[in-house]
Amino acid sequence: MNNATLAIKDPIVEVKDLRFYYGASEALHNVNIAFPRRQVTALIGPSGCGKSTFLRCLNRMNDLVDGSRVVGSIRLNGTDIHSSAMDVIELRRRVGMVFQKSNPFPKSIYENVIYGLRIAGVKDRAFLDETVEKSLKGAALWDEVKDRLHDSALGFSGGQMQRLCIARAIAVNPEVILMDEPCSALDPKSTARVEELIGELRKDFTIIIVTHNMQQAARVSDYTAFLYEGLLIEYGLTDKIFMKPKNKQTEDYITGRFG
Amino acid sequence: MTQHMQRELDNLKKMILALSAVAEESVQKAARSIETLDVPLAEEVIGSDDLVDQMEVDLEEECLKILALHQPVAIDLRFIIAVLKINNDLERIADLAVNIAERAVGLSGIGRVEIPFDFAGMARRAETMLNMSLDALVQLDTGIAHQVIALDDEVDAIHSANYGLIKAQILARPETLDALIQHLSLSRHLERIADLATNIAEDVIYMIDGVIVRHSL
Repeated sequence: MNNATLAIKDPIVEVKDLRFYYGASEALHNVNIAFPRRQVTALIGPSGCGKSTFLRCLNRMNDLVDGSRVVGSIRLNGTDIHSSAMDVIELRRRVGMVFQKSNPFPKSIYENVIYGLRIAGVKDRAFLDETVEKSLKGAALWDEVKDRLHDSALGFSGGQMQRLCIARAIAVNPEVILMDEPCSALDPKSTARVEELIGELRKDFTIIIVTHNMQQAARVSDYTAFLYEGLLIEYGLTDKIFMKPKNKQTEDYITGRFG
Repeated sequence: MTQHMQRELDNLKKMILALSAVAEESVQKAARSIETLDVPLAEEVIGSDDLVDQMEVDLEEECLKILALHQPVAIDLRFIIAVLKINNDLERIADLAVNIAERAVGLSGIGRVEIPFDFAGMARRAETMLNMSLDALVQLDTGIAHQVIALDDEVDAIHSANYGLIKAQILARPETLDALIQHLSLSRHLERIADLATNIAEDVIYMIDGVIVRHSL
């Protein structure tokens, strides 16, 4: 009815009948969606449509919001993320997140990257060194910083900081990376680098990205989901959505006729 | 959007309709110039070709500009792609009208030889198809577009039959060979105009439904 269903074989994340409440107000209405493994899915929709709320449901970031409540199920590789079997810290390792505003810690580049491993108590120096190199290479930052790994990250450009945050996210080897408007504060060149990086990362990770930039959704994603007023209106292959969406509301939104 | 893009799209629509009107008129005048061997009318058609060429180039540049500046998607993108293709088809239709008009000039020098097939009937069919395909474009009506596609088979059949009629006439009256060869060209030009009208109808269907029907109907 209100859900544009799409059969995804062996999804990594499967959301069923999801309703999300801020107090008494229902922000997401019965969302059903499954995310394909090692693909990039873009969530688009006007401000306030619930896309960021939805994204934050996927690693239970909304738990931190007073009075919020979730109904329905979200399964990560078959396990309900709200079940007692799921440790929320472990969930956030498995489902990493990159935010709109990059948030490097006031530490060295090296310490930023391995922050998650430090928290997890990893002490093996060789392993940490290897992870730093691998993650920074994965985030296309290694060549720029390899000679100053122990310098502070605070002198970085916006684009470098965002790539550092991506390196930090991939250092703990997550299964899914959530990105909430990762390029909205970046200039076109840095945006292009992050977009290229998303293209590289999809070989190893599943990426779900919220973006206001329609062209970006079209460029980087394999699948696109359109949300409007807390409803999933349409979900499909990105080329289909941008060439010939099925739903009039989707067409009006992506062509800029409303929203 | 993008009031800006909407304005550009409205302008594009006006431009393609203006070109349609010129192309349609050229075809009608060219056919009439054959029927009446009216050389001044034929020359008018031939003379209008520069205008059509200029309109085609302007339209294409306008499409490229919108693509570059606005990165349209969905219906807007399909509209621009359809306009780009229809633009091309209309220019070629106008060229064929010129070819027909040139035959009128050529035939007028030879003296009247009766056309061994129903030229006026065939010309009206091709004109009707062109007119309907442009109606489909203006009204965004896939029903009309499908009718155009169905009509194309009739024109193809007429053209095939004309070949036999002209061949028989060449055998019967070999002294009129020059004129008859030109008649065969006329039949082919009309058949091509019908083909291009069909292309326009197919592009209208693509624009509305997002489906490429070119090789499936």
